[in-house]
Formats: sequence, C-alpha cells, structure tokens
Amino acid sequence: MMANMKTMFDLNQIDSQGGNVNVAINEQPIAAKNALEVRDLNFFYGSFQGLKNINLDIEEGKVTAFIGPSGCGKSTLLRTLNRMYDLYPGQRAEGTINFYGQNILEPAQDLNLLRSRIGMVFQKPTPFPMSIYENIAFGVRLYEKLSRSEMDERVEWALNKAALWNEAKDKLNQSGLSLSGGQQQRLCIARGVAVKPSVILLDEPTSALDPISTGKIEELINELKHEYTIAIVTHNMQQAARVSDYTAYMYLGSLIEYGKTDEIFIKPKRKETEDYITGRFG
Amino acid sequence: MKNASNINLAIFAKRKRTNKIGLALSMSAMVLGMFFLSWILGILLFKGFSSIDLSLFTASTPAPGSEGGGLANAIVGSLMLVGCCTLISTPIGVLAGIYLSEYGDRSRIASVTRFVTDIMLSAPSIVIGLFVYALVVTTFKHFSGWAGTVALALIAIPVVVRTTENMLRLVPGSLREAAYALGAPKWKVAFMITLRAAQSGVMTGILLSLARVSGETAPLLFTALNNQFFSTNMNAPMANLPVVIFQFAMSPYDNWVDLAWAGALLITIAVLGLNILARVVFREKVQA
Repeated sequence: MMANMKTMFDLNQIDSQGGNVNVAINEQPIAAKNALEVRDLNFFYGSFQGLKNINLDIEEGKVTAFIGPSGCGKSTLLRTLNRMYDLYPGQRAEGTINFYGQNILEPAQDLNLLRSRIGMVFQKPTPFPMSIYENIAFGVRLYEKLSRSEMDERVEWALNKAALWNEAKDKLNQSGLSLSGGQQQRLCIARGVAVKPSVILLDEPTSALDPISTGKIEELINELKHEYTIAIVTHNMQQAARVSDYTAYMYLGSLIEYGKTDEIFIKPKRKETEDYITGRFG
Repeated sequence: MKNASNINLAIFAKRKRTNKIGLALSMSAMVLGMFFLSWILGILLFKGFSSIDLSLFTASTPAPGSEGGGLANAIVGSLMLVGCCTLISTPIGVLAGIYLSEYGDRSRIASVTRFVTDIMLSAPSIVIGLFVYALVVTTFKHFSGWAGTVALALIAIPVVVRTTENMLRLVPGSLREAAYALGAPKWKVAFMITLRAAQSGVMTGILLSLARVSGETAPLLFTALNNQFFSTNMNAPMANLPVVIFQFAMSPYDNWVDLAWAGALLITIAVLGLNILARVVFREKVQA
C-alpha cells in the first residue's frame, strides 16, 4: 500500500505542475467562482434517505472528485446536479443547488435546458444506435440550428476535444457501436462536449475500461478542465488523486470531508477519511 | 480400477436408468409431433405443387362446373387486405407500444391497456369477425375489403403493441439517461433513441403480426366475404386466399379442391417466408 501511495502522489505532482502544492495547504480559495453551490441537500429514494445534509461548492474550471465506498451516495449526489433522478418517480431532493444564481432544484426548472448546460457521461459507454457523426450531431441539433458545414466543424471539434478525431475521422458514417469500449466512452465524452455545457459530470467514466483507455480519458479530463467545470465520481482513489483539484469523501450518505485533493490525500483532517484512503477500510 | 470415491453404485445406476427413461419419453413426444407435422406438410407440398401452374396466377377463381381457373383474384385480394392491414396496424401498434413502455409505464391506464391487449391477443378471431360485421358491414349494408382490413388490423394491433413494448423495455435505461443527459426532450428520446435501438425487434413484431393475419379465415368470412371476379375495389366484397380455401376445399368440384390445395401452399410459403425474414432481421440486430 505504501508503494501505491507513493506512486499516487508522484503522479499527482506531475499532473499538478504549476499548481503550487505548498501554498495551497490549509487555505480556502478566496476569489474563486463557484459553478455549483450545494446547500442543505437531502435526498430520498422513497423513504430511504440517500444523502444527508450535504453542503459543498464546486469551483468553476476545476475538477472535483467524489470518493467513498459503494452505496455512500456519491453517484446519487452527482445525479442531483443535473436532476437525473427526476426520471424516476419516488426519488426527491430537498435543499438548494445554486447554479450561477439559479436554484436548479426548483420545480419550475426546465430540465432539458438544465441538462444541456450540465452534461453527464456514464459508467458504461452508451453510444446511440446511429453513426459516429450522428451521435455527436444529435445533441447539437437539440439546441442549435447549424448548417451542414458548421455541423461538420462542430463534430470535428468535439472529436478532437475527446482525442478521438484521428481514430474516427475515416469512419464517421460507421455505427458508434463499431468502436472499441474506450473509443465509445470517448465518443460519449465528445457528444457531451459538443453541446458546449458549462459543467460535465462523469459517473465512474473509466470503471468499464482497460488501463490504456483509462489513461487517455484521464488526460482528457486534464485538458477539458481548462474550459469546463468537471465533477467526477470514482471508485479509484489513485484516479481521484491524479485528476482532481478538490476531493469529497462521502460515507453513508454524508459528506465526511471536503477540500483540496492534496490536503485530503496528504493530511486528511478526519480519521475516517484517512482510514479509507490508506486502504484500512472500504 | 479401484473406485476412488465413496459413490453408491446402486444410486448411480438408478440415476442412469431414470435418465434413459426421461430421454426416451421426451424423444417419443418429439417424434410424435414431428410425424404429424411432416405428414401435414408432406401432403400439402405434394397436393399443392401438383396443382400449381401458370394459370393459378393469371386466371381468377372459376365458376361452379367450369374447367381450370386460378387464384389471381384471391392472391391480389389477400395482398391488398394484408397490406392495408399493415398500414393501419403498424402506426397504431407501434405508437401504443411506445406509450406503454415510455409514457404509461405503471400508470392505471397503461395497466388497463395492457390487460385489454392481452385479452385481444387470445380472443377467438371469429369474435372479431362478428364484431366488425356488426360495426362496419351492417352500417354500410354490404361486405367490403375495408371491413376485412379492419378485422385483420384488430387482430394484428395487439401483437404489434406487445412486441413493441417488450422490445422497447429491453433497451437499457442507461441509453435513455444518456440521451436525457444531453438535454433531449422525452419524445425525442423515445422516438429517436429508444425506438431506434429497438427497431429490428419492432420490425420482427410487425412481420410476425403479418404472418399471423395472412392465414386468418374467420374474421374475413363476415367482412370481406369473397368475390368470384378480379376486383381491387376495397368498397366491394373482395376475394382472399383463406376464404377461397375454406369454400373450395369443401366443394364437390375437383378443380376447386386442387385450387384450395394450391392456395394453402401459397399461404404456408408466405408465412414461412415472413417468419424467416423476421428471424434474419432480428439476428442482424443481435450482431450489430
């Protein structure tokens, strides 16, 4: 485990070159702008309470990771951020989530519009049963009317963003299902990026992928955070350490600790967090 | 060889004996079923093929006592009836299937619809024939191709509804969520993503419903009736293969009976073809 921890921090330092590790410790960001502010959030699956009194801010242009053992509510929290839970009767959230001045939990919130602003990529790659080109154009056409050439440009731009252009440019008319698992997941990311949301939610985006594809997606996350706010749920603590700026540790529906990733991993304030990240638990 | 374990050989022998008896019973049941099936098919093929010639497709059904004749009017009539039935039952069935799977789900109205559809699936087709007779034929005071089409559609719709619903339910929820996550409204998710993902299954359901109605006789007896002459007028009584077979097979004229065999063979081949097509369509999806 020690060896793992070492690799983990080494990688983290490589990734956050330029981000000053020493200064950041024990200092709250002052002028940082928040993309999402979660306040007193409680979530219920019927009578079961999945989230308990969650308060946290997701900073604009950063990667925020949610870690914790299975069933701790990290995916549930992610799914409240674009109200994906609304698809299922019996699930409800209480509290407020402020998205640039708007409480997205209000019943009047237009969900389609919200989800076009806060995109999501899922655990299993889910290419639509249509061509690679159409997979990307589908989302874009929902809210924009582009000419054929503009659409071509947008598709190329999105595939480039997802580091898939070189592999896919010669088979844009082939089915999205013809790609490999890792490519399919990058197609899903391209699809999400193509509609130009401001926040991208990633729900264990690499858990179904091999290490090489995982590496590519992690590189991608580092690229994308310059333009998008990213929230990622992961089972893999090394991954959280590698890609994120902030980490939230959750357990049994509660937020146990939240702070800069370096602090959480180097000197967590709570005993439970330390136990989890050192592998003594979970 | 020395037995390494403490197997009770008596129990082992008994199990082998039971196994043999079970195998023998199931094999004989299979042979019995296959025997009658191949008997029926054999006679059909023999009598049907010996009655098939070119005039079958060019001449219309003969008058009583006259020589020769064919089934041209009945073949065209059947194609028109089944074709129009497809045009009516496909949109209604697919839309209702989408409603049940994507919109109604567990609501009261959806459960009632599902229950009624299941009853319709197993309703005797003669009841449907009588229903359309009472509703359409007595209203317009004459038999017609349209009445036949309505009767066939009433039989096809429940098949299409339930297969569409079942095929849509097989589409993983994650695909729907992925479409919603892009901000797609519900109808676009249902029609452009879910239906598309299930399209070969839905196609299979439509083809199977076609196969089902193309052999139906009872609902046409009271609705499309029959027509001795070639006619494409849907407002008039219309010749069709099942009713021609029904009437000719029981007739005293040899050429009529031969035509009935030929017609039965044509329907069997058409149904077989539809079933094979349905399998091919469905297999392509599984491989994709």
